[in-house]
Amino acid sequence: MYEVIAFYLFSVLTIGLFLVTIMSKNVLYAMTSLAAGMVLIAGFFFILGADFLGVVQLIVYVGAVMALYSFAMMFFDATRDIKEKNTNPSLVFLLGGLSALVLVLMFAAPIHSDAIQALYPMHEGVGNAQDVGIVLFTKYLVPFEVAAVMLLVAMIAGIILAGKKMDDSLTEDLSADDEILTQKDEK
Amino acid sequence: MIGLTHYLVVSAIIFSIGLVGVLRRRNLLMLFFATEVMLNAVNIAFAAISHYYNDLTGQMFAFFIIAIAASEVAVGLGLLIVLYKKYGSLDLDDLASMKG
Repeated sequence: MYEVIAFYLFSVLTIGLFLVTIMSKNVLYAMTSLAAGMVLIAGFFFILGADFLGVVQLIVYVGAVMALYSFAMMFFDATRDIKEKNTNPSLVFLLGGLSALVLVLMFAAPIHSDAIQALYPMHEGVGNAQDVGIVLFTKYLVPFEVAAVMLLVAMIAGIILAGKKMDDSLTEDLSADDEILTQKDEK
Repeated sequence: MIGLTHYLVVSAIIFSIGLVGVLRRRNLLMLFFATEVMLNAVNIAFAAISHYYNDLTGQMFAFFIIAIAASEVAVGLGLLIVLYKKYGSLDLDDLASMKG
């Protein structure tokens, strides 16, 4: 019973909040509603018994990603309303709805067949975090390491792109050459 | 009782909201928000399938999607900052430099 109430409450709230994210003209409204919708999606994960996934969603999405967005907002003018000119809004809605329908049908078609077998079934009496850990560090060890390297690359790229002396040009930095020359002269 | 179809329908609705946002938005930051909405919709579908088929593979895929989304945001926001410093705007119509 509680599951049903929670499911409908979460789905209505999530859809409403994401609609605000998409429709709002203000960046701050869009960002806060996106964060709230992500918290509710973590609620979906807790209902579905994926406890570890819900906690990761809270930490990574609501914590790290939204904090990153709000830091990036300091560079942009967040108080001004965004002006967007749309040539034909109804056509965009029609196209979006149709392509979403096609995508959903495409991906939902194999699910309703009975051909799916559980590759890594969950164990009775074992917590979700232990189960996830065992599968992640035995069957998915190589993708895990690749994901770790990818995160490292993304971190370095973020530092270099948002770094202070990089605001003129990324390829030819004349001031850096001048600095090197002056350092040589001092020596 | 809530079945798998309920979750898939909710996930499809949220995904189409994100898709409409991607098609509709002209601001790059708002475009990023719309992609986050789409990624979250897919994560709901993966978790639901993982629960109803009693299989952990869906949760694994959801973890990797979260990792990819985090790195995408890190690189993408760095690029947005560079673009904003260069052009003073994040509007896609202003940034279009290749006029066909």
